[in-house]
Amino acid sequence: MRANKSMQWMFLAAALVALPSLAKAQQGEIHVGKVTGHAGSGKQLYYRFCWGCHGFRGDGNGENAPYLNILPRNFVAGTFKCRSTATGTLPTDEDLYSSVGRGFNNSNMPAWISLTNQQRADLVAFIKTFSPRWKTDKPGDPINVPAEPALTLDSIKHGKELFTKLECWKCHGPEGRGDGPSASTLTDSNDQPIRPYNFAAGSRFKCGATNHDLYKIFMTGLDGTPMPSFADVIKPEDAWDLVHYLRTLQVAHKSPELTLWMSSKEGAEIVNAQKIVGTPTGSGIKQ
Amino acid sequence: MFHWGSSSIKRKMSWFASLLVCGFLILAFLLVDSRSASALPLAAGKVYAIPAFARKYGMPCSACHEAWPKLNNFGQTFKDNGYQMGNDRDAPVFQQPAYWPIALRITPNWHRESFNRADITNPATGNTTEGQLTTHGFDLSGMDILTAGTLAKNISFLLVPSSDNTGAFHFESANVRFSNLLGSSWLNIKAGKFELDNIISEKRVLALSNNGGIYQIYHFQPATEDTNMFSFGIGDNQIGAEISGHSKNDYTRYSAALLSSNDGNVGLPNGHGYDTYLTFSQAFEAGSLGLQRVGAFAYIGRAPTYLAGGSLGVDGFGQKSFYRAGFYGLWYLKKLDFMTMYTHASDNAFLGTGIPSYNPLPTGAQSPIWNGGMIETHYTVNPQFILINRYELIRMSRQALPVDATNPFIPGTSVPSSNFGDIDAFTVGYRYYPFISSRAGFAFHNEYSWVRQRGVSPVNGLDLSSGSLFIGFDFIF
Repeated sequence: MRANKSMQWMFLAAALVALPSLAKAQQGEIHVGKVTGHAGSGKQLYYRFCWGCHGFRGDGNGENAPYLNILPRNFVAGTFKCRSTATGTLPTDEDLYSSVGRGFNNSNMPAWISLTNQQRADLVAFIKTFSPRWKTDKPGDPINVPAEPALTLDSIKHGKELFTKLECWKCHGPEGRGDGPSASTLTDSNDQPIRPYNFAAGSRFKCGATNHDLYKIFMTGLDGTPMPSFADVIKPEDAWDLVHYLRTLQVAHKSPELTLWMSSKEGAEIVNAQKIVGTPTGSGIKQ
Repeated sequence: MFHWGSSSIKRKMSWFASLLVCGFLILAFLLVDSRSASALPLAAGKVYAIPAFARKYGMPCSACHEAWPKLNNFGQTFKDNGYQMGNDRDAPVFQQPAYWPIALRITPNWHRESFNRADITNPATGNTTEGQLTTHGFDLSGMDILTAGTLAKNISFLLVPSSDNTGAFHFESANVRFSNLLGSSWLNIKAGKFELDNIISEKRVLALSNNGGIYQIYHFQPATEDTNMFSFGIGDNQIGAEISGHSKNDYTRYSAALLSSNDGNVGLPNGHGYDTYLTFSQAFEAGSLGLQRVGAFAYIGRAPTYLAGGSLGVDGFGQKSFYRAGFYGLWYLKKLDFMTMYTHASDNAFLGTGIPSYNPLPTGAQSPIWNGGMIETHYTVNPQFILINRYELIRMSRQALPVDATNPFIPGTSVPSSNFGDIDAFTVGYRYYPFISSRAGFAFHNEYSWVRQRGVSPVNGLDLSSGSLFIGFDFIF
């Protein structure tokens, strides 16, 4: 009996000693799928790959920051554009992990897909050490994305109405060229001028390439930019209609939405009017 | 400065001078204000000398290089994408008009070269004897002018006018590349003069000395060959066209090249022959150990055995075949990595003996065959400090000429031993980068490299060994 009690005390003592170090170890860990990222390893990677732009302290003030027209992310602020979580909340580890691998088109952030899964997870773990927000706040819950309804002309037309009603055109322009009346006045959280997405250019969206990604972009917003979340003003089924319409604005990007839209007289007229054939030098432009 | 003869005093003095200079250079280096980048205040990072890619993308050298010039997988992917990040910011139109994609690299150095059995002719008597030959002093490397980048989206170029240390220039590389044809990373075409698709790249070798600055395994030719007529190295840049492709993350890669049979020389000196080079490699992840890669390559070529012509020009004739094939692996154990390579090679008997094809082969002549192995180890302490070690061995498995142990090498007749021409090479060194920047690169380089080749000393046909000690300031801006 006495031996049992001694054993219990020993276990308790061992647990008391081990717990803080265990907690400390877990603090610098993240989990993405089956991969566990470690901040310690991520630190070495960060100071190999990332500091030139994001800075030694993760404040986005690297030696190249003054030369970039879209400033590098300030990890200390703990504000992230690409999330699956509601606006104002922290992203999930998967969100950060995807961002590192995907990169950001039209910015200087490349896709780090050639790093291993482990390295990307390690980087995410380290990036999370910069902001005190990660200690006080928990990541938001991923928003619910309902299954995409069937694509119809009505869906596209309804999306077009929403585009006008929600005043997306004010920034993105009536034809989605990023040239709306407010476009030139927009600034991001760094007080830097920022251009709305130009659908007509057809490059990949900032936070992914799929309809699912596009849905998430305007339902979560791009925190740190003027792009708000529409989660409170639009129903999920309406959001899908908007997705379908936005795809038709990508006139240089073949998609089922564009094909269907062009099969209608109204759609064909609008799209053909938007298309510019030729190159910036003028060669090949139909006069 | 030359020393010859067997005077032990002179030899000791030579070593003493070497040590003195080494000590002086290291001391000078330590005394200079070379705080690491991480210790610098942020504002001090502004350097106005600018390597082309780092400047264009604002990334430190360490992003693309394990330790420059050795590429990591991110850098290899960037290269394989046609010097593009793929974030729609690659085309020149996104750069400021003042941007000029150019970088220069040169390495002022002090080095010591020593041969154990050199042929030394006494100027007083005219007698030639074998003896140790040592030379050392301050010197320059050649200079590379590296210009590379994109001409437009998916059209890139590389132009490298390169000089030797006297300033005599040649074109080391000059090629244009069309990337992502049909919208696929699996289809890219390059034409011009370029480095063969060697993942273990001699152009990004971490050793710089006379002995260590090349991979012996890439350049070996049997000692019986006439290298004035036939000279070839997989490490040499070649002229031709290459089709290549890779997965998005570059884990899977292939290439196939059609090349002029002239070892990269311009002007069609040995024209009307074509070679082929094929490569394939596959990388796989091994958890926290890092990215591992295995690959294979094969070079199948033809080379002339004699030149003929007249006032209107000279061309190569009597073409005979040769091949090089091998496997390699890049193995990472976190900070420790190994590059391993095995090669198997053979030349036609005419090439192997240096006999023009219009002449009969000597009795017993046959195609020489040899095998080579290499292991190069790096320990990357951090992006600023890397330790390097390499061992290469090359073994003749079949000599081109009959073995006659009683005689020294008799060109065109016999060789003295079955291991005639075998090579062992060893290199050890380190590179220290006092700062890491996206504007310029600088490394303090220290290396010793030793090579021994069997039976090739110029007078007595004994083993010839040479040692290179190299201390350099390698900079690029």
